[in-house]
Amino acid sequence: MSVLTDTTADLLGSGAEDRSGGQLLEISMGPQHPSTHGVFRMDVTLDGEKVVKLKPVFGYLHRNHEKIAEKESYLGCMPYTDRLDYFCSITNNWAYALAVESLAGIKVPERAEYLRVITGELTRLQNHASLVGFLMQDMGASGTPLMYAFREREKILDLFEALTGARMMCNYMRFGGCRVDAPAGWMQQAQKVVDAFPRFLDEFERMLVSNEILMARTQGVGVVTTAQAVNAGFSGPMARASGVNYDLRKVDKYGIYERFAFRVPLGDHGDVYDRYMLRVLEMRESVEILKQAMRDIPAGPIMDPGTKIRGFRPKAGEAYGRIEAPKGELGFYLVSDGSGNPYRFRVRPPSLINLTLLEDMCIGQNVADIVIILGSVDIVLGEVDR
Amino acid sequence: MNLETVKQEIEANVPGCAVDMVLNGSPSAQHSLLVDAAHGFAVAQFLRDGAAVRMDYCSNVTGIDWPVKEISTKVKTKKMVDGVEKDVDEVVKTQSGGYLEVVYHLYSVAEREGPVIVRMRTEDRAAGVHLPSLTPLWRSAEYQEREVFDLYGVMFDGHPDLRRLLMWEGFEDFPMRRDYVDPDDYEYEPTAHDEVLQRTREHWSAEDCK
Repeated sequence: MSVLTDTTADLLGSGAEDRSGGQLLEISMGPQHPSTHGVFRMDVTLDGEKVVKLKPVFGYLHRNHEKIAEKESYLGCMPYTDRLDYFCSITNNWAYALAVESLAGIKVPERAEYLRVITGELTRLQNHASLVGFLMQDMGASGTPLMYAFREREKILDLFEALTGARMMCNYMRFGGCRVDAPAGWMQQAQKVVDAFPRFLDEFERMLVSNEILMARTQGVGVVTTAQAVNAGFSGPMARASGVNYDLRKVDKYGIYERFAFRVPLGDHGDVYDRYMLRVLEMRESVEILKQAMRDIPAGPIMDPGTKIRGFRPKAGEAYGRIEAPKGELGFYLVSDGSGNPYRFRVRPPSLINLTLLEDMCIGQNVADIVIILGSVDIVLGEVDR
Repeated sequence: MNLETVKQEIEANVPGCAVDMVLNGSPSAQHSLLVDAAHGFAVAQFLRDGAAVRMDYCSNVTGIDWPVKEISTKVKTKKMVDGVEKDVDEVVKTQSGGYLEVVYHLYSVAEREGPVIVRMRTEDRAAGVHLPSLTPLWRSAEYQEREVFDLYGVMFDGHPDLRRLLMWEGFEDFPMRRDYVDPDDYEYEPTAHDEVLQRTREHWSAEDCK
C-alpha cells in the first residue's frame, strides 16, 4: 500500500532539487516482507528510486523477555535465552552462563570450556553460512546459494541434535559447565564435518565471491566509516567490516580463547561487500579454532561440582558478562538481590544495536539496496524485539 | 584502569560534579560510578573525550527500577524503665530506593579498556523522571534509551527522537516497572476457567458475558 505525501520541498527544505513533479512516495516495507528476515517494518520515503528517509519500526515480536526472566529462577532463564537469537542458541546460553558465573564467581572445568568453544564455533559456522546464503537470496540469486548454505547448516544441526537432543533450541550450557558430555563417536563425526567445511567455502567463493553482479550490487553500498561504527556501538562482523579491530575473543579472552591461534579479519571499506566477505573469512578462522580445540580437548568432568544449579541463590550484587556471538557483542547484565530469581535481567542485543545506523546507511541508495543493506546487518527478530 | 583514578580524573576535570563509588558485593567486583543528573552529560563528555579515559564505545544502556523499600533494623538502646536502666530493642525504619536508575556500560575500543559503569538516578518515580540523554555523545544509546523510556518511563532530555520502541504508540503504562499490573483482560481463553474466568467476569459486564 502506498500513498503520495508532502512535496519534496516540505520534507527536504527549500534547497532540495525537485525532480519528481514535487511528490515523494511513502511505502511501508514489512512487517510481512520476506527480505526483512522476520516481522520488521521500515517506513521508507522515496524520491523516485532514491531513499530520502527511513524509519525502522520494532516490536512485532516483543514478549518482554526481561520481565519473564525476573519471575524465573536462574536455571529457568536458560532455556528462554535459546529464543533470543534462535539461529545461535548455544552462544546465547554461553553469554548468560558467563554472566551468572561472573556474578557468583564460578569456575568452569577444562573439558566444559573446550566443549563450549567447539559448540560455539560450530554455531558461528552455521550462522555465517546461512547469512551469506540469505544475502545472496536477497540479491536475487533465488534459492541455489541458500540451499548450498543450508546443506552445510544441516550437518551442524545434526551434530547439535546428537549432542543436546535439539537442533535449534539446544539449552546446552549451565552455569558451571555444560549439560551433557559428547556421546561416543560424536567428536569423530564433528571432525569429519569440520574437515569437509573448507570445501564448501572454496566452492562458495569460486562461484560467488568474484561474481561480477555481486560486486556491482554490493561494493560501495551502505558504507559505514570506522569512527561511525564505534560511536554507533557496532560490534561483531559489522564493526570489523568497517575496520574496527575489536573482537571480544581477543580483547576479553573469555573462556580459553587465548590458547588458540587465529586471526581477526578486518574490512577496508565498510560496505556490504566487506561485511559479506568478512563472514566468509571468519568461517575459515573458526575452522582453524575448531581443529585446535578438537585436537587438545582433555578428558574430565563437565560440571563444576561445587555449583548447585537448582535453587541457585547468588549473593547480592551485579555483573555484566559479554561474549563474541556470531552477530556481535551479546551481553547479559544481571542484578541479584540475593533471592532465587534475578532482580534485573538485561540482554544487550547486538542485532538491535547494529541497526542504529540503518537510516544513515540507506539514505541516497536505491530502494533495492535497502534489502541487501538490511541483509548484511544480520538480524534475528527474536533478539531485536525480545 | 582503576575506577578510583577515573573518579579522581572526573572530579578534577568536571567542576562541581558529585561522583560516588557504588561498590558491588558480588565476586564480579564490577564497581560503578554514580553521577548526579545535573552533571551527567558533562561527565559523560569527559569520559568520551578526556585523553586519560577515552571511552569511545558505549556498549550497554539499561534501566533498573528501585521502588521505595522499607528496611527495619533492630537497634539496642538503653532506656530508663521504672527508674531502672534496661536494654530495649527498638525497631528503626529506614527507607531506600524510590527512584529509577539508568546504567551505562562504557568501553574503550582504542585503549581496549573497560568497563567503566556509570549510573544516574532520577529524583523519584513519578514527576521527577528526567535525565540527560547521552545519545548526542554515543549514537549507540539512541535505541537503548528509547527502550528505557518505553519500558521504565525515564524521560531523556536532549534525545533526538524519544518515542516508544517496543510497545505500541498509545500504550500508557511502563511494563518493566516493579509495580506494573497486567491488564485484567490480557489473556483470552475460549473456555475460561478458574482465575481467568474470575477476571473475565470482573472485567466484562454481565450483559457482555451472556
